[in-house]
Amino acid sequence: MSIKSSSKIEKNETKRDFLIVSTYALAGVGAASFAWPLIDQMNPAADTLALASTEIDLSSLEEGQSITVKWRGKPVFVRHRTPDEIKQAKEVLIDGMRDPQTDSDRVTNEKYIVLVGVCTHLGCVPLGQKTGDIKGQYGGWFCPCHGSHYDHSGRIRKGPAPTNLEVPSYKFLSDTLIRIG
Amino acid sequence: MSKPKFKNPVVKWIDYRLPIFTFMDHELNHYPTPKNLNYFWNFGSLAGIALVTMIITGIVLSMNYTAHVDYAFDSVERIMRDVNHGWLIRYIHMNGASFFFIVVFVHIFRGLYYGSYKAPRELLWILGVLILLLMMATAFMGYVLPWGQMSFWGATVITNLFSAIPVVGESIVTWLWGGFSVDNSTLNRFFSLHFVLPFVIVGVVILHLIALHRFGSNNPIGIDVKGTQDTLPFSPYYTIKDLFGLGVFLTFFAAAVFFFPNFMGHPDNYIEANPMVTPAHIVPEWYFLPFYAILRAIPDKLGGVLFMFGSIAVLFILPWLDRSPVRSSQFRPIFKIFFWVLVFDCILLGYLGAMPAEGIYVILSRIATAYYFFHFLILFPLLPYIEKTKPLPISISVPVLSGASTASAFAVREKK
Repeated sequence: MSIKSSSKIEKNETKRDFLIVSTYALAGVGAASFAWPLIDQMNPAADTLALASTEIDLSSLEEGQSITVKWRGKPVFVRHRTPDEIKQAKEVLIDGMRDPQTDSDRVTNEKYIVLVGVCTHLGCVPLGQKTGDIKGQYGGWFCPCHGSHYDHSGRIRKGPAPTNLEVPSYKFLSDTLIRIG
Repeated sequence: MSKPKFKNPVVKWIDYRLPIFTFMDHELNHYPTPKNLNYFWNFGSLAGIALVTMIITGIVLSMNYTAHVDYAFDSVERIMRDVNHGWLIRYIHMNGASFFFIVVFVHIFRGLYYGSYKAPRELLWILGVLILLLMMATAFMGYVLPWGQMSFWGATVITNLFSAIPVVGESIVTWLWGGFSVDNSTLNRFFSLHFVLPFVIVGVVILHLIALHRFGSNNPIGIDVKGTQDTLPFSPYYTIKDLFGLGVFLTFFAAAVFFFPNFMGHPDNYIEANPMVTPAHIVPEWYFLPFYAILRAIPDKLGGVLFMFGSIAVLFILPWLDRSPVRSSQFRPIFKIFFWVLVFDCILLGYLGAMPAEGIYVILSRIATAYYFFHFLILFPLLPYIEKTKPLPISISVPVLSGASTASAFAVREKK
């Protein structure tokens, strides 16, 4: 075989390689763009997103009472704290806490603590909203699933949960009306 | 055939214990395929792709659908408006059904024209007819799920077909409904069956493919493969041909999905089901229209139902109805003409099925129905006694090398 003809073959191979690679690439892009709608349909739909905020009237919530409202399918705890509870929450040293945060970082109006009532460990709903509930060693909330203790500010103090109870984004529309979300 | 050599050590390790790669290499790569297949042979793979598309989009739709009379219609509207890309997925599924039938109908007529149902491919053909029946059942139940007016009244009319059965008919219909009319129980069982039947179809398709690979594809000349000179390896020759056909198919499919998504549907199905009011004009989906025309052509309840199911039943026994040893219509001059008459007849039946059952349409439906059964029950068995077939070529290679149009002339010359 002469040098000329072998280089010709090589040239053809390059052309074929290009065709094969571009065919695979096109098929890959096609498959991916077909797959995306099928995957994305599992994300929250427009009507689910539209229900993502909830308003709560706090006017009938007396000192020392708690209410639980549903927001995005999850419970939200709102507690009207007593002056004693506020004092404890504010005065405790945050050094040495697992997720150190001051009480003032976690409230807008210190009378009301608003928390997503889902334990940050594995998603159970902690006890402590009802008067008869076990509230744990720190008087706030206690998760019965794996024994996490939260204080009056919803901070993790003892047990397996890695972080404090989440504070949802909310706004006071008036003194006694808040909107979550 | 030589054992394939795999370079990848993982593939080698697996293949030694589970010869899945050898199997795929035999059936998808080296698989010897007649070298003269035309584009009508694309429709089998297209049907397979359509089936997979329907299953994938269907599973996704079922994640967002509620099978309850109070919520079904709203949940479909929610898919169309609120679910991310829901409109696209539903339109693909909806039009996918139509395109699946288009592809399968072409596939069936291909088989009829080239005699692909003849020995030794009788079981292959019968499995195919079984797939068609399963598809029809699945498509019908799927059309009920959006719970629009056409869904409801289509379900009512079709399930009532069974009431034509003497003595037990009424009990069967009550059993199908799970009540005394099409209602929530009916919707629930239809959803369940609509979900599971496609997987039954997949099972029959696998049997269809095993039967196909036993003797390989038929071909436009309809004569058996004589040796390796008559075949090409499936890959890359037919994989690339199938892919090209797929590209063309997807162009049409995408055009329908994006620009005419409701062309093949019926606007009444965007009105929620109302058991108190029947729409003025009830028509099934277009792919059922020829069968619907046959049903209405017979002026007797039981007779209509029997002829309608009979129109598919004759397909099951077709391999034994056709007495001609010659497969391809290319060598059957009279049969070829009648084939196109049958195609026209089926299209005419489809048209008549969409027209109101009155006046000239009834008479035409009866003529067209009569022709359909004449074609299968009389023409197929008797024509071979009258028809003088053209001489067959010696092998597939001969007409391929000399041009298909001169094939028979070549064969004659060879004989001299």
